[in-house]
Amino acid sequence: MRHLMSPLDFTTEELDRLFDLANDIEKNMDKYAHACAGKKLASCFYEPSTRTRLSFESAMLSLGGSVLGFSDANSSSAAKGESVSDTIRTISCFADICAMRHPKEGAPMVAASRSTIPVINAGDGGHQHPTQTLTDLLTIRSLKGTLSNFTIGLCGDLKFGRTVHSLINALVRYEGIKFIFISPVELKVPDYITDMLKDKNIPYEEVIRLEEVMPTLDFLYMTRVQRERFFNEEDYVRLKDFYILDKAKMELAKEDMLILHPLPRVNEISVEVDDDPRAAYFRQVQYGVYVRMALILTLLDIHVD
Amino acid sequence: MLNVGKIEEGFVLDHIKAGKSLSVYHHLQLDKQDCTVAIIKNAKSNKMGKKDILKVECDINMLDLDVLAFIDHNITVNVIKDGEIVSKKDLVLPKEIKNIIKCKNPRCITSIEQELPHIFVLADEEKEIYRCKYCEEKCQENL
Repeated sequence: MRHLMSPLDFTTEELDRLFDLANDIEKNMDKYAHACAGKKLASCFYEPSTRTRLSFESAMLSLGGSVLGFSDANSSSAAKGESVSDTIRTISCFADICAMRHPKEGAPMVAASRSTIPVINAGDGGHQHPTQTLTDLLTIRSLKGTLSNFTIGLCGDLKFGRTVHSLINALVRYEGIKFIFISPVELKVPDYITDMLKDKNIPYEEVIRLEEVMPTLDFLYMTRVQRERFFNEEDYVRLKDFYILDKAKMELAKEDMLILHPLPRVNEISVEVDDDPRAAYFRQVQYGVYVRMALILTLLDIHVD
Repeated sequence: MLNVGKIEEGFVLDHIKAGKSLSVYHHLQLDKQDCTVAIIKNAKSNKMGKKDILKVECDINMLDLDVLAFIDHNITVNVIKDGEIVSKKDLVLPKEIKNIIKCKNPRCITSIEQELPHIFVLADEEKEIYRCKYCEEKCQENL
């Protein structure tokens, strides 16, 4: 039985198979409409989430399965002090697969070690959010046809943003990728990441101004500067509007550059950019459902001919 | 000068940093073993100025000494049989250490989950970096 804790749990060959399946689902939704009939997804969300939880639930429902669960810790037995180990042993009796989000880092791993059903890490604190990374990779692969040979700019909060760190770790396994990190000095990508890139001889640049690198990018991955990551309001207010992607900046970009964003967006991408054909962030949300469908089928070992 | 007699079978752990012998004693869980132990503190050392020494009389297969490499790999482990040093054991960094140190990340599941062992895994052998198995936080503890 397999679980998904980190995007690196799958080899690149396994990811290729997962993404092929996701692309087949995209083209032939009807074929998969009953693939999980009779199967149940336990959606165990110990902290609020809109996109991820609904994406998982939508994925299971699109496969003909059903969903049970809770969407915050107060409505679960955790409020009574039950351990994650005990909760998952109980949930294992109720469902066939579990998606777990937990504010404590490593909680899904503890669950997986006690579970008799596959567990998917749906986000654990600031640690991992593997299905977001799988979504990002599937979006890139589907829209560009490859996961190799491109320049990707990552912009915004590169210090605390776990989606950015996971995406970098996942992309370094592919060839010909150049990273451009665009952030204020206070929110620079951590040293352990740039050290790793140096060790692997992977080209990267660190810049402060988005405009100067815009024409070189094949992808621009925007992130939100999160209020909860700051110790004081003053720093947050000063930095939150540092990068706003608007029409004027988009004029500097290549015609086939694509903008990605893990969402939710606050104001870092101006709404006027939404109608630009290069804005791919809502398509990215749709790919999130396909990749979760493919993941559920893979972990449940269900094959559709 | 204090004299501590020879041991017949067991280990002499030499070159322990002065003052750290009790910490080594606890990490090897010698308090739970039924064996004779001599703890020598602040012995004179040409190399270190002052050092601690532990003499442990026991079956040489009884103790798992790998954790010593994590605590301090400058410690010399002399293996004693029939009252003589038969070998010096090379210390190898353990791949995993369990319940020796605690994860200090307040966001880690180990901070709330009862009975969960604190496990650190060797993430980088060259740089001797251990990370929490659950949250991957780097071990900052200085033993």
